[in-house]
Amino acid sequence: MYVAVKGGEQAIDAAHRLLGEVRRGDHAVPELSLEQIQQQLGLAVDRVMGEASLYDPGLAALAIKQACGDLIEAIFLLRAYRTTLPRFGATRPIDTAAMSVRRRISATFKDLPGGQILGPTFDYTHRLLDFDLAEAAPREPGETSSGVAAPVEGFSAGPLPRVVDLLDREGLIESERPDEDGRRVGDLTREPLAFPAERDVRLQSLARGDEGFLLALGYATQRGYGRNHPFAGEIRLGEVTVEFTPEELGFPVEIAEITVTECQMVNQFRGSLTAPPQFTRGYGLAFGHSERKAMAMALVDRALRAGELGEEPSSPAQDQEFVLYHGDNVEASGFVQHLKLPHYVDFQSELVLLRTLRAQAGARPDA
Amino acid sequence: MSGYNFAFLDEQTKRMIRRSILKAVAIPGYQVPFGSREMPLSYGWGTGGVQVTASLIGPEDVLKVIDQGADDTTNAVSIRKFFERTTGVRTTTRTAEATLIQTRHRIPETPLRAGQVLVLQVPIPEPLRWLEPREAETRKMHALEEYGVMHVRLYEDITRHCKVAQTYDYPVRVDGRYLMRPSPIPKFDNPKLDRSPALLLFGAGREKRIYAVPPYTPVKSLDFEDHPFEVETWRQPCGLCGATGVFLDEIIVDDKGGRLFVCSDTDHCAERRSPR
Repeated sequence: MYVAVKGGEQAIDAAHRLLGEVRRGDHAVPELSLEQIQQQLGLAVDRVMGEASLYDPGLAALAIKQACGDLIEAIFLLRAYRTTLPRFGATRPIDTAAMSVRRRISATFKDLPGGQILGPTFDYTHRLLDFDLAEAAPREPGETSSGVAAPVEGFSAGPLPRVVDLLDREGLIESERPDEDGRRVGDLTREPLAFPAERDVRLQSLARGDEGFLLALGYATQRGYGRNHPFAGEIRLGEVTVEFTPEELGFPVEIAEITVTECQMVNQFRGSLTAPPQFTRGYGLAFGHSERKAMAMALVDRALRAGELGEEPSSPAQDQEFVLYHGDNVEASGFVQHLKLPHYVDFQSELVLLRTLRAQAGARPDA
Repeated sequence: MSGYNFAFLDEQTKRMIRRSILKAVAIPGYQVPFGSREMPLSYGWGTGGVQVTASLIGPEDVLKVIDQGADDTTNAVSIRKFFERTTGVRTTTRTAEATLIQTRHRIPETPLRAGQVLVLQVPIPEPLRWLEPREAETRKMHALEEYGVMHVRLYEDITRHCKVAQTYDYPVRVDGRYLMRPSPIPKFDNPKLDRSPALLLFGAGREKRIYAVPPYTPVKSLDFEDHPFEVETWRQPCGLCGATGVFLDEIIVDDKGGRLFVCSDTDHCAERRSPR
């Protein structure tokens, strides 16, 4: 009668074999190549790179393929790989004012130096299924569909002044000066979080944070839970160079060019005892083209600054511990899903207690 | 396994974790924050325990991994396999034979001996968490030894149920100082924590905390003079080996209310049925 739960090992092996089969699907359908994922599912690749904190489109594509398109699983895979990589140091801050811009919009000024550049965007597409895409028809070069294509030669604009810098010149927005080189930047993938967390660590946490979580929190601030009156000062997408100063050289060398999306929110601020009325900032930055993420991040960044701006924190989005402890989808997904693990022992303890309490209360044991 | 260091973690990381363990041993029951790494295993599935084990394990060690007292539950199998792949060390199911035991939710029935290390996986390390969600607050409460709320919480149970209704993760005081969560072991196992000859290490990966009960440290389960601490008891012995005074799992054998109670510690049960 009692069959001990043996054979866990064979069961696990069999489960992994089944997963492999499901991943491949029908063999009559050609297998996906990493190039196809990288080129044609680029936004998925961008999200995985961003939330895994590792800029490597090839590995991100591999993770997406291995995860059968489950992006949080792909993020997990890429992070578990990232954690094994040695850390050489921190790069110099990227300069987004020097970005070769492919898209740049401002909701605060009708026109501005460099103009509004729509670039590749879903905005204003009518969300009508394009049945032409169902057929893999050869397209003319240069003819792009509604998706986002790889950088096109001659498509990008040179350095454009940033909207917030224009406001800054007039003193209308709080100043933010770059830290001097060499200031140590926090890294929550190497050191445990401590509270209150500084803005560098908060921004890192948000940049790795789950897009859905930030989207919901940012949305909540718009609906009154920690409202901070935002304007999308500027959203820009393009390529920036990454520079690193090796100790033995003493001068910066260019090590990479990466694609980023930056969002600068401009938020109302009525002033406090210590600060005159001026606009304040919320900042969002994400790898690749991740506008929704960058905007949500900027809203939440601003909300988390409530304390330092003398606002009374009253909503989850303004609560550091709430946001930073719960925004990581790999942590959250693991802990939620650990409920699948056996809990026979705890449950047995609860059964023993419940039966005792019910007997005590005079309830029939089988009632 | 090629491409990875012995026991997966790089030596620098192991050193960092060992430093945290030393600090934890020096301050029994205190939760030491550590730079928990992302492991190739889900958070909540033993990443803390795995990192503690990985930082301690050496080629000479003999490893035992259990989950719910059993060596053959899926997650125990998976973690044991992880260490077999990444270290090649000998593994065992026998408690007496192991030098290093990683466990989830149980302490083996076979008494541990000096020189053994028990690594417990911890989901939520903070004993005050359900009473105060904020980490900044709970750290202050520990610093000030402000543990009255926990006694009040237990007292409220007594007023409501005439007994403390906490069955697992039952709070303990370590060496008369820190309030500690023993991880979700049943309170049945709490007495095994007290003056254990083995080193007890607790790893919480997601929450990035390590804490310890060094050998022979007094560990007291919270109680009241008129409501002394008590553990679960069963009316029947183990249905397989006849053991009494052990923690029993309940197995549903049919849909007519048939139950079988068997040892949760599978090694202990097997040993009793056919001594090796």
